[in-house]
Amino acid sequence: MPAVHGGERRWEAEAAPGMAAARPLALLVLLVLGPGGWGFADPPRDSLREELVITPLPSGDVAATFQFRTRWDSELQREGVSHYRLFPKALGQLISKYSLRELHLSFTQGFWRTRYWGPPFLQAPSDTDHYFLRYAVLPREVVCTENLTPWKKLLPCSSKAGLSVLLKADRLFHTSYHSQAVHIRPVCRNAHCTSISWELRQTLSVVFDAFITGQGKKDWSLFRMFSRTLTEPCPLASESRVYVDITSYNQDNETLEVNPLPTTTYQDVILGTRKTYAVYDLHDTAIINNSRNLNLQLKWKKPPENEAPPVPFLHAQRYVSGYGLQKGELSTLLYNTHPYRAFPVLLLDTVPWYLRLYVHTLTITSKGKENKPSYIHYQPAQDRLQPHLLEMLIQLPANSVTKVSIQFERALLKWTEYTPDPNHGFYVSPSVLSALVPSMVAAKPVDWEESPLFNSLFPVSDGSNYFVRLYTEPLLVNLPTPDFSMPYNVICLTCTVVAVCYGSFYNLLTRTFRIEEPSTGGLAKRLANLIRRARGVPPL
Amino acid sequence: MGLLSDPVRRRALARLVLRLNAPLCVLSYVAGITWFLALAFPPLTQRTYMSENAMGSTMVEEQFVGGDRARGFARDFAAHRRKSGALPVAWLERTMQSVGLEVYTQSFSRQLPFPDETHERYMVSGTNVYGILRAPRAASTESLVLTVPCSSDSTNNQAVGLLLALAAHFRGQIYWAKDIIFLVTEHDLLGTEAWLEAYHDVNVTGIQSSPLQGRAGAIQAAVALELSSDVVTSLDVAVEGLNGQLPNLDLLNLFQTFCQKGGLLCTLQGKLQSQDWTSLDGPLQGLQTLLLMVLRQASGRPHGPHGLFLRYRVEALTLRGINSFRQYKYDLVAVGKTLEGMFRKLNHLLERLHQSFFLYLLPALSRFVSIGLYMPAAGFLLLVLGLKALELWMQLHEAGVGLEETGGGSGPSALHPPAQGVGLTSLVAPLLISQAMGVALYILPVLGQHVATQHFPVAEAEAVVLTLLAIYAAGLALPHSTHWVVSPQAPDRGWMALKLVALIYLALQLGCIALTNFSLGFLLAATMVPTAAVTKPHGPRPLYAALLVLTSPAATLLGSLFLWRELQEAPLSLAEGWQLFLTALAQGVLEHYTYGALLFPLLALGLYPCWLLFWNVLFWK
Repeated sequence: MPAVHGGERRWEAEAAPGMAAARPLALLVLLVLGPGGWGFADPPRDSLREELVITPLPSGDVAATFQFRTRWDSELQREGVSHYRLFPKALGQLISKYSLRELHLSFTQGFWRTRYWGPPFLQAPSDTDHYFLRYAVLPREVVCTENLTPWKKLLPCSSKAGLSVLLKADRLFHTSYHSQAVHIRPVCRNAHCTSISWELRQTLSVVFDAFITGQGKKDWSLFRMFSRTLTEPCPLASESRVYVDITSYNQDNETLEVNPLPTTTYQDVILGTRKTYAVYDLHDTAIINNSRNLNLQLKWKKPPENEAPPVPFLHAQRYVSGYGLQKGELSTLLYNTHPYRAFPVLLLDTVPWYLRLYVHTLTITSKGKENKPSYIHYQPAQDRLQPHLLEMLIQLPANSVTKVSIQFERALLKWTEYTPDPNHGFYVSPSVLSALVPSMVAAKPVDWEESPLFNSLFPVSDGSNYFVRLYTEPLLVNLPTPDFSMPYNVICLTCTVVAVCYGSFYNLLTRTFRIEEPSTGGLAKRLANLIRRARGVPPL
Repeated sequence: MGLLSDPVRRRALARLVLRLNAPLCVLSYVAGITWFLALAFPPLTQRTYMSENAMGSTMVEEQFVGGDRARGFARDFAAHRRKSGALPVAWLERTMQSVGLEVYTQSFSRQLPFPDETHERYMVSGTNVYGILRAPRAASTESLVLTVPCSSDSTNNQAVGLLLALAAHFRGQIYWAKDIIFLVTEHDLLGTEAWLEAYHDVNVTGIQSSPLQGRAGAIQAAVALELSSDVVTSLDVAVEGLNGQLPNLDLLNLFQTFCQKGGLLCTLQGKLQSQDWTSLDGPLQGLQTLLLMVLRQASGRPHGPHGLFLRYRVEALTLRGINSFRQYKYDLVAVGKTLEGMFRKLNHLLERLHQSFFLYLLPALSRFVSIGLYMPAAGFLLLVLGLKALELWMQLHEAGVGLEETGGGSGPSALHPPAQGVGLTSLVAPLLISQAMGVALYILPVLGQHVATQHFPVAEAEAVVLTLLAIYAAGLALPHSTHWVVSPQAPDRGWMALKLVALIYLALQLGCIALTNFSLGFLLAATMVPTAAVTKPHGPRPLYAALLVLTSPAATLLGSLFLWRELQEAPLSLAEGWQLFLTALAQGVLEHYTYGALLFPLLALGLYPCWLLFWNVLFWK
């Protein structure tokens, strides 16, 4: 389910000539200064931070999240920049050429199972008004190594050093979830936001399956996960750290053991719960000193019991109900498992036009009662042009299941519009849920330039809530599909039926019949009758 | 085509139809029956072949070795089941979780319309347990189902064991592109129906069930498994589903290929497969299998849990392990490997199974008859009705215009509507009354069961069956009650018009049935058509009456039961046959209410009233 989130794109017509004029000048300046002058004359204008977070999930699986953040203090859109150091040129040119404001692109294989794994770390960006947002999803696309390689090439150290040596394709695709993404956005350079810097975050999340990769054992090591160990930080990175979530779910904090022992720990409120992380700084020479490599190991002191994992406050499920090829119903179940707090959820649905939604059948029920959304925006589909867009703000009562359902009719496509494997079905992209979910623990606002990367993608503005964006499952819907070998038969049969039956019956029904008197006949007959008359025999 | 508009040629055609009617009818009927019997012979049966590219070869290396594990699971399951007396839900949940599945349960309850004496149940409540193996390669858009039905009698333990062992084995593989649902249902088909309805969030049969917590997208295919011993001598496959629906032939081909690959002995309708199709033995055995299939398909009942999946366009079949007295036995590993191979192949599917046939008959596992080849059999039988109707229509014409038409030259006067003489009003009463009898037959038995149990010393189930028979028999009194309604003029024209309507009605019904469920349509046509064609109020009435009763839908059902047991080489005595008949009636009504089987309403509301019309014709006064 690769999701493509296109940020706002706006053309700035006035800027274009100015940029063209400025470009030769900038180039000249850079040539004069040269790379050697950088570090001494100014503070480095670009920096790289790399980070790996390893989180044992409630289900026993292990999630690994890489983040590589390149920050560049450069007005890419204004200045005609042509010298690139850490920031990848391919993306930089994209920004300056199309005056890109923000771009989020992600490729995902598998599905983040929120109910079992908890809310995901890396979500899509904070909410933007959809009027200016371009958003597209391609649910049928598969992700493979050929998507990973160019992504790795964007990294300053490629996969030669630092955390990126762990990115070995055959291990990363041996997982039950794989999501790689590129996020580009402008960030403020100082507190007053007088100038902006560009931030590129490359993220990669994978979930290693305890049953498949660990052969049933739930102990983990870097080597077992990636078949590599860490040997050195990326020399270009200013910060290179590994965080291991050692929060224990039970009260006794002896469940998990990490080896080697961490030098420091980090505590913070992440996604509404208090978490403790063991921190390994690769720049700290003591860490890699002894054996020239770092192979982190996680051991469960006692194996985690098969108890139900803590269910997150918000999770959702989506499915198609009904059977047959004429009608159906899209149902979305929204679960609020918070014992006493209700919270609103923004539900965004894009449904392809060939599912003709019956908007009057839209029903939202919570706890058996109708739930009126406080805001609905609906943009009807146009055949072959644009999909349905349905956006609703729904209040989820505490400890409830809310069912949002809408009926649809399956359209019959033109025969050239069917995809190559039409009987596979057609995909309906996932609905997007955005919510401010109440926290268990109040979080204090942090200086996000200093805090770890996984914490700073969405700075918490309000300590009592945290922002969550969830995607439901994509759906597969079968449309009425003709048998494509049939047209010839159908044409033959129809023509025959029309020609033979319809024609003769039409004749029979519309003609009036009259018995004709036997005519005098042709010349031969007349002749014969003449002879007969001469002979005295009755004529024919 | 001037055939119809040229009065001379039309008259010639009419004369042909009139004069040669009887021989043509006989010829057509004989041709229909012969065609059907010939279906088992090689020019009409073809070898099956795999149409779906994605399942083309069996190049799958089966690695399942969990035979001991399966037996261990089965033993534990049986012990827990014996202890709790019901499905050990908690144990199943725990075990499925321990092999790494996402486990959910679903509780359901259903009050049957009347007590089911065969399965000894009335107020049913149970719990289904299912575990989902999440495929690492996909986002839960598609899934496959392996289901094991558990009824109250403690069989099928080994199937649950094998299901769990397979789940454990499958969980360790990374190649899954479709989620796999492992479903254990309680109260066999009732549980399956409850689960399917909840999965698709519909309520077809009025069952009450809790909503499902976990889903896995669109189900592509399902396999139901029934095993009751550690070793099997053969695997029997059942394909006939609800209302005669069949799975795509490719699914059966898949099973057959893996049977051959694993060297397993596979049977169809419990019959061994003859390899020799060149001599007469193979086709003759094929004919027996074919007849068995026709009887089972005609019954319209789901012959295994797979039958209920078909409504949701999930291709499904049921595999039954048979343990007979044969020498060679296969253990659970062999069965497990077959299932593993099938699931791995289904996992490869890009599209839903659609390439191969949906409408077919099977004389053997490796032979099939396609719809294009078996339809003529039904067509010939229905032609008899058409010919007879044409004859009656023409006779009515002639009677209407007198003898002038035969004198020649008065063709156009035949266009006078003959109905004016027939008096269509005289047909309204018999039609309405016979339809009303049909409605009564459909509604009263279940509705009036409590009244019946209050006034007669019978149980509810008996009351339903006896009311059914009573109403059915009461229909035979119809002519005595309707003859006064009919206008006295032209008595011959009265019955002819009625018979004409009845013939067309019957032909339409049988035609529609044969298109959707060929077996049922053919069976009914083969029995009802000859008597329907000959019935008239003149001649040997007692003989006609006896014939008509013998070919009524109920008698067809009774006869089919005898034929079925005869073909299974377990002949019935008369008393047994009668008992079985009564059970079949009760089951038919129950299956209509619990699964939505359409045979009962079809017979009660369609064919029985139609048959009554012929009875009415016979006793026309």
